[in-house]
Amino acid sequence: MTVKDLQEAGFLEVVWEGEEPEREIEDVFCCDLLSIAMSRGIENAAWVTVMGNINTLAVMSLTDMSCVVLAEGANLDETALAKAKQEGFPVFRTEEAIFPTAKRIYEMIGK
Amino acid sequence: MTDSLEFKYEVQEGNFTRAGEASQDVKRKLKRLGVSPDIVRRVAIAIYEGEINMVIHAYGGEITVTVNDSEIKMVLADRGPGIPDVEKAMQAGYSTAPENVRNLGFGAGMGLPNMKKYTDELSIETEIGVGTTVTMKVYLQ
Repeated sequence: MTVKDLQEAGFLEVVWEGEEPEREIEDVFCCDLLSIAMSRGIENAAWVTVMGNINTLAVMSLTDMSCVVLAEGANLDETALAKAKQEGFPVFRTEEAIFPTAKRIYEMIGK
Repeated sequence: MTDSLEFKYEVQEGNFTRAGEASQDVKRKLKRLGVSPDIVRRVAIAIYEGEINMVIHAYGGEITVTVNDSEIKMVLADRGPGIPDVEKAMQAGYSTAPENVRNLGFGAGMGLPNMKKYTDELSIETEIGVGTTVTMKVYLQ
């Protein structure tokens, strides 16, 4: 599944669509503690979290995750949104909780 | 690549917005040099953890990354309070980070343990009231 497929599935609001719509999403990762995400973040995963600050984007990029999905109504703060636009990072959001969001993406991947 | 390459970055105290700039720049440069993705990731994570430590605990500092044929060497030198108990600081879960830092999702006491985990060599020189220098190496061969 690609970032574009996730976007087109329509259950997530697009915060910023990013620069690589064809980027593969192969897994799902859930964690709100950036220190742990830093060491455990899964390459090419969609990262479902409630942390929407600029450091979330740094961790996503450094661990080669495919996109950030903000759950529980979380959103990027102004600085983080500017960074997402500047770097072309894909970011989605939803009012849903972390687990159902992650489960839905996981099922889309065919896991 | 026969000569060694050197990259330098300034890290500012308390500036969480800029934390990650050095590691992302190093990541881009190493990718361009054709370093394997696994090594790029390990180096980027180690530097990022170091940057965050410097932003949280120190009064600013400098990161120097040197790349040659056999290794990537990272020297993170800060002006800071120093680490009173290095052994404790190396324990996963031990943290002296303040509440505001924890609210950002950091301060779980994983910084130095992660840096050790992702590098081949790590050494710490620290002096109370002067600063800390963390030197890390990742082997390329």
